[in-house]
Amino acid sequence: MANQFIKKLGLSKDTLFNLILTISAVLLIILGVGFFLSLFNASLVSLKKFGLSFFAKAEWDPVQEEFGALPFIYGTLLTSFIALAISLPFSIAISIVLGEYFQKGFFAEVLRYLTELIAGVPSVVLGFWGLFFLVPIVREVEMKFEIPPYGVGILTASLILAFMILPYSGSIGKDAMRLVPNELKEAAYALGATRWEMIKKVMLPYARSGITAGIILSLGRALGETMAVTMVIGNYHGIPENIFSPGNTIASVIANEFTEATGEVYLSSLMYLGLTLFIITTVVNLIGRFILKKLQH
Amino acid sequence: MKRYLFRIIKSKIISVILTLIVILSTIPFLLVLYFIIKNGISVINWEFLTSLPKPVGEPGGGILNAIVGTAMLVIMALILSVPFGILVGVYLAERSEGRIAFFSRLVSEILQGVPSIVIGIIAYLWVVKPMGHFSALSGGVALGIMMLPLVIKSTEEILKLIPREIKEASLALGVPYYRTILKVIIPAGLSGILTGILTGVARIAGETAPLLFTAFGNPFLNFDILKPISAMPLLIFTYAVSPYEEWWAKAWGASCILVLFVLSLNIITRLLSRR
Repeated sequence: MANQFIKKLGLSKDTLFNLILTISAVLLIILGVGFFLSLFNASLVSLKKFGLSFFAKAEWDPVQEEFGALPFIYGTLLTSFIALAISLPFSIAISIVLGEYFQKGFFAEVLRYLTELIAGVPSVVLGFWGLFFLVPIVREVEMKFEIPPYGVGILTASLILAFMILPYSGSIGKDAMRLVPNELKEAAYALGATRWEMIKKVMLPYARSGITAGIILSLGRALGETMAVTMVIGNYHGIPENIFSPGNTIASVIANEFTEATGEVYLSSLMYLGLTLFIITTVVNLIGRFILKKLQH
Repeated sequence: MKRYLFRIIKSKIISVILTLIVILSTIPFLLVLYFIIKNGISVINWEFLTSLPKPVGEPGGGILNAIVGTAMLVIMALILSVPFGILVGVYLAERSEGRIAFFSRLVSEILQGVPSIVIGIIAYLWVVKPMGHFSALSGGVALGIMMLPLVIKSTEEILKLIPREIKEASLALGVPYYRTILKVIIPAGLSGILTGILTGVARIAGETAPLLFTAFGNPFLNFDILKPISAMPLLIFTYAVSPYEEWWAKAWGASCILVLFVLSLNIITRLLSRR
């Protein structure tokens, strides 16, 4: 049947195979374009009503149908950058230790497994753990400093995020350190440098853009991380006053309110938030990947 | 001489400190693992794995609905993403230049970075909204979209590593191009493709965010892909944020199973890919 059909069309099987391959690739492009257009189209009601003032308003009031994304954008950026700052020293230490000190052997394998398996723990499980382990600890600290002891809040979310993004920045940084040519390292030793001096003066400058790319890509992760953050951030709609206050991120608002959203404007505003998150993370990711690609050439 | 000694000692001390920092960074992971196993292992028994949840207050009950749900969602995601992903991967490996390749690679890279919650929104718009209700199918679509870039990338990368001589030898023997790809090139890269698929399964099995408003959750056993369905991560989320202590215990048990499943998948893929 199929064979006769192909013969009638005057196509060889090779042409047909090539056609299928091309169609798949084109379908993927259509999927990508459709992805963006669907999101954009669904945001349209809110986009028309609020325009760019959506990003400047601090109120989120479903009853009055007034929606502004400022507190959530602020919460997203705040948690992500604090997480980045916390994880930075650790990720650089991982890059150096696994990229230079321990490149092979049992100890290196164990450390690599341990640092990379973190990436495999589902985000909802980390959030659950955070709720029962991290939140009480943060609460104790807050009591000592006489801050309202919520336990949940920006800081708690940032701590979990820092821990979640570590494997990404660490493993890309490690790869970048291993790309440093041996000739350069040996040249530094020949000039009388100690190992640390060689790392500081030769390896780190050489691997700098790779390490930066790893950090940028892990930022992309942190910005869109949903479950763990939703569970420990406290879900407060105002602008957080300090890092101990409860807050909300773009992703956590969507996760919490999507199924409950009634009314066209409300739902569309959540879509608008999703569109914003999509654009921010895509730009951040493409910058990170661009740097990595330039390195490989 | 003294100055030199000082520099060497400094270098040694720094290396010790850095190694300690790395060991320190793995402590939270060990803590998570310890916490989950300590709280979870005592909950797990035969009944827990094979019965449905009971209302709060009644002893017993299990998470069978979530186990079945996750299995069904993963299978649907595999069906949707693996054949399509391999085809695109073959295309990208065979014709790496050109405009179509450039844009499909771009889409694949963008998809890989899209937050899972946004993928959930898309599955809601594409499946839930037209159908008018939540369904297992929409969850499968969301997870399938998440897996797609992983399958594409691993296929493309492994096929590019296969020596050209193999392909040329096959073509020189008169084997048509399509048979060369299907019977020579893809089997040669099969272990790499499998690694990509397993990594993908490990990633989507624990995903919660895209299921919140697609698969939605269901306290009963369901095999109908057009109805809402439960999943392990969804159940953990619902139970974890509930006010009931016995539900927390169930959530620890479910977390324990999920984490052990995902981690062993990860370790298997590492062992596979090292060969």
